[in-house]
Amino acid sequence: MTSVLYDTPGPRAKRRNVILSVVFFVLLALFLWWVWTTMDEKGQLKWDLWEPFTTTQAWTTYLLPGLANTLKAAAIAMVIALPLGAVFGIARLSDHRWVRGVSGTVVEFFRAIPVLLLMLFANEIYVRYTDVSSEQRPLYAVVTGLVLYNASVLAEVVRAGILSLPRGQSEAAYAIGLRKGQTMSSILLPQAVTVMLPAIVSQLVVIVKDTALGGVLLNFTELLNSRSTLAANYANVVPSFIVVAVVYIVLNFILTSFASWLEQRLRRSKRGTGAVLAADAVDDLNAGEVGGTAATGHGGKT
Amino acid sequence: MKLRKASAAAAAALVLALTATACGGGDKDSDSDTGSGSGSGGGDKIKIGIKYDQPGLGLKEPDGSFSGFDVDVATYVAKELGYDADQIEWVETKSADRENALARGDVKLIAATYSINDERKEKVDFAGPYLLAHQDLLVKSDSDITKATDLNGKKLCSVTGSTSAQNVKAEIAPKAQLREYGGYSECIAGLQSGAVDAVTTDDSILAGFAAQDKYKGQFKLAGLKLSNENYGIGIKKGDTATADKVNKALEKMVADKAWQKAVDDNFGPAEYKNEPAPQIGNIVK
Amino acid sequence: MFDFLEGYDVLGAFWMTVKLTALSAVGSLVWGTLLAGMRVSPVPLMRGFGTAYVNIVRNIPLTVIIVFTSLGLADIFGMTMGAPDDFKVQGFRLAVFGFIAYTAAFVCEAIRSGINTVPVGQAEAARAIGLNFNQVLRLIVLPQAFRSVIGPLANVLIALTKNTTVAAAIGVAEAATLMKTMIENEAQTLAIGAVFALGFVVLTLPTGLVLGWLSKRLAVKR
Repeated sequence: MTSVLYDTPGPRAKRRNVILSVVFFVLLALFLWWVWTTMDEKGQLKWDLWEPFTTTQAWTTYLLPGLANTLKAAAIAMVIALPLGAVFGIARLSDHRWVRGVSGTVVEFFRAIPVLLLMLFANEIYVRYTDVSSEQRPLYAVVTGLVLYNASVLAEVVRAGILSLPRGQSEAAYAIGLRKGQTMSSILLPQAVTVMLPAIVSQLVVIVKDTALGGVLLNFTELLNSRSTLAANYANVVPSFIVVAVVYIVLNFILTSFASWLEQRLRRSKRGTGAVLAADAVDDLNAGEVGGTAATGHGGKT
Repeated sequence: MKLRKASAAAAAALVLALTATACGGGDKDSDSDTGSGSGSGGGDKIKIGIKYDQPGLGLKEPDGSFSGFDVDVATYVAKELGYDADQIEWVETKSADRENALARGDVKLIAATYSINDERKEKVDFAGPYLLAHQDLLVKSDSDITKATDLNGKKLCSVTGSTSAQNVKAEIAPKAQLREYGGYSECIAGLQSGAVDAVTTDDSILAGFAAQDKYKGQFKLAGLKLSNENYGIGIKKGDTATADKVNKALEKMVADKAWQKAVDDNFGPAEYKNEPAPQIGNIVK
Repeated sequence: MFDFLEGYDVLGAFWMTVKLTALSAVGSLVWGTLLAGMRVSPVPLMRGFGTAYVNIVRNIPLTVIIVFTSLGLADIFGMTMGAPDDFKVQGFRLAVFGFIAYTAAFVCEAIRSGINTVPVGQAEAARAIGLNFNQVLRLIVLPQAFRSVIGPLANVLIALTKNTTVAAAIGVAEAATLMKTMIENEAQTLAIGAVFALGFVVLTLPTGLVLGWLSKRLAVKR
C-alpha cells in the first residue's frame, strides 16, 4: 500500500533518498553517540553495574519470581475477565432494552475510569472489608482492577466479534428454527471466538503492561517491583531499569507476534466467514471508545 | 476443516499458556497458605516481617538469604522464642502494610525499621526499642551541607509519601526542592549522579546504603539529629506474653554482646556512630 | 455528607490532569504524525526507525517510561526541561514528555491505519498530476486520513486522559496522587472512590461523545 504514495524512484529521487538516508543516519548516530557518552560520563556503563545480569542469581532470586508474578496476575485477570466480558458483550446485544442499558452502562463506566484508580480503590476495599492476607492483597487488588477494566474492554471485543459475522449466519439459524439462545451458543459464538482470538491475545499485552501499575503503587512484587530489591543489592538503578524494560519488550513482542501470526493464519483460511477482528482493534477499544460505533467497523475489513 | 484445526490449535496453545502460568502461580499460593496457617498458629515455623530492600537493615541477598541488623535482631529474638534460624519464614512487609499484617496475624513479629510512635501504638504493641536512630542527611563526601538549613535552595530526595522529608521542607528548609522516588536506592543513585544534593531518612538506613561496596567512601552522614526514631519490634495488639519474651530476648542480646556485634557487622563500614543500646521501654521522644 | 472533601484540592488535582492531558495530546499528535510520515516514507532507514520506535515504545509499560523520564532523562542525561531548580515544574514537564513519547506510538498507528483507508485511486490520481511524496501526503492523503481517524484518535485521547494517572509514580500532584492520599487518611473509601470515578467519567464521556459526533460528521462519504 505504501508504495502507492510515491512513484518508483528515478535517478533524482534516488539521489535525494540517499541524501535523506545519510542525513537521518548521521542524526540518529549523533543522538546514540550522545546517549552513550553521557551514560559513560555518568558511570552507568561500568561493567560491574551490568555484570550482575550475567549471573543466574540475579535472575532466579529477583527478576524471575517477579516475572512469574507479572504473568500470574495477567493470566488470572485474563481467565476471569474473558467469561465476564463475554457475558457483558452478549448482554449488550440483547433484544431487551433494560439488559442492553444496564450492561452498556456498566461497561462504559469501567472503561472510563483509569485502571490505576480501580486498583487503588480495590486495595482499600480489601483492607477494610475483607480478610485477605496482606501478602496476597496486592495480587488481589491488581487482579480486581485488571478484571474490572479488561472485562469491559473484552465485552466490546466480543460484541464487535459477533457483529462482524455476516448477518446471513443468524438469519439462516433463525430460518432452520433455532431460538435466540441456540443461535448465539451454537452458531455465532463458536465463529466469533475464532474471529476474536488475535484481539484477545493482544489484549494480554495491555494486561501485562498494566500489572506494572500495581508494582509501583501497591507494592505488588511483580517484575518492576522486584527490580527495586535487585537495585538495592547491586546499586545499579539505571541499568536495572533498562534490563527490565528489555524483558517487557521481548515478552510483549512475543505476544504481539503471536497475535498477528494468528490473525494472518485466520485470514488466509478459505473456509469460514472471512471476518477477523484485527489484533490492533483492541488498542482502539482500550481507549474506552465512548458513544461511537467504530468498534464494529473493524470486524469486516479484510 | 483447515480453519477449525488452526483455530483449535491456537485456542489450545492459548489455554495451555494460560493454565501453565496459572498452575505455576497456584502452587505458590498453596505454599504460602499453609505457611500462614502454621505461622499464626505458632507451630513449628515463625513468620517475621522485614524489609527486603534496605542494605544494612533488611536485604534480600542474591543467594536468597537475608542480611542486615533487623534480620540479625529478629533471628536472635526468634532463637530465644524457641525457633531456629531455619524455622523462620521471612516476609516482606512494606511500610504501609505493617499494622495490617500484624493485626491480621499474617506475621508474628515485625522488625522492619519500625519506629515506635503513639499513633502506631494504638494499633499494635511494641517490644524494645532495640535501636535509637535519628533522621539525618546523606550527602556527598565533599559536600558543604552541614546543617539542615543549608538545604535551602538545594535538592533533597526521599521516598514517595515520606513524612520526614516533608517535615524538613515545611519546618526547616522551606526553599529546599523535594524529589520523591519509589525507593531509597533511586535517591542514592541520584545523589551519586549529582541530580540531588542530599537524601533524608533515618541515619541507620542511610548508613546501610553508604556502606555498600559500590558507594563506599563516596558519601557521608551529616550527623544531624533531626528526630528520634526508636525502632521497636511490632507485635499484635494485646499479645503481652510475646512482648515480654521479646523484651527479655532483647535484653539478653545486649547483655551477651551479640547486639554490639550485630551493629558492628552491619553498620561498621559506614562510619556510623550508633547510639548505645537503648533500655527496654525507654522511648526517647 | 461531603465533608471528607474539605482540605483537599480535588478540583486542582483534576485541573492538573487536564493540563497533563492537553499538553501531551498536542505534543503526541505532532510527534505521532511525524512518525506516521516516516513509516510510509520512501526512505528505508526512516521507515525502519518508525517501525522500531512504535514496536519498542508500545511494548514498555507506561510506568517504566514515566519513572525513567525522571531517573534517566533528568538525572543521567541532565534534561531538566528548563526547570533545573524547581522539581514541581520539572516533574510535570518530564511527565508530559513521557506521555508524548508513549502516546505518539499509538497516534502513529492510528494515522497509519487512516492512511490505509484512503483509496488507492486518490494517491494514484495525485501522482498522475505530478505531485511528489510530500505533496501527495500533505495535500491529498493526510487531510482525508485525519478525517477518518478522528474516531481512533478520540480513543487515544481518552486513553491518554486515563493514563495521566501514572504521573503519580513520579509525584506529580494529579488526581490519582490525591486519591491515594485521601483513601489513606479518610474513612469514606466508597465516597472518595465515587468522586474520582465521577471526575474521570466527566472528563472522558464528553470527549468521546463530541469526537464521536465529529468523526461521523466529518467522515469522508464513500
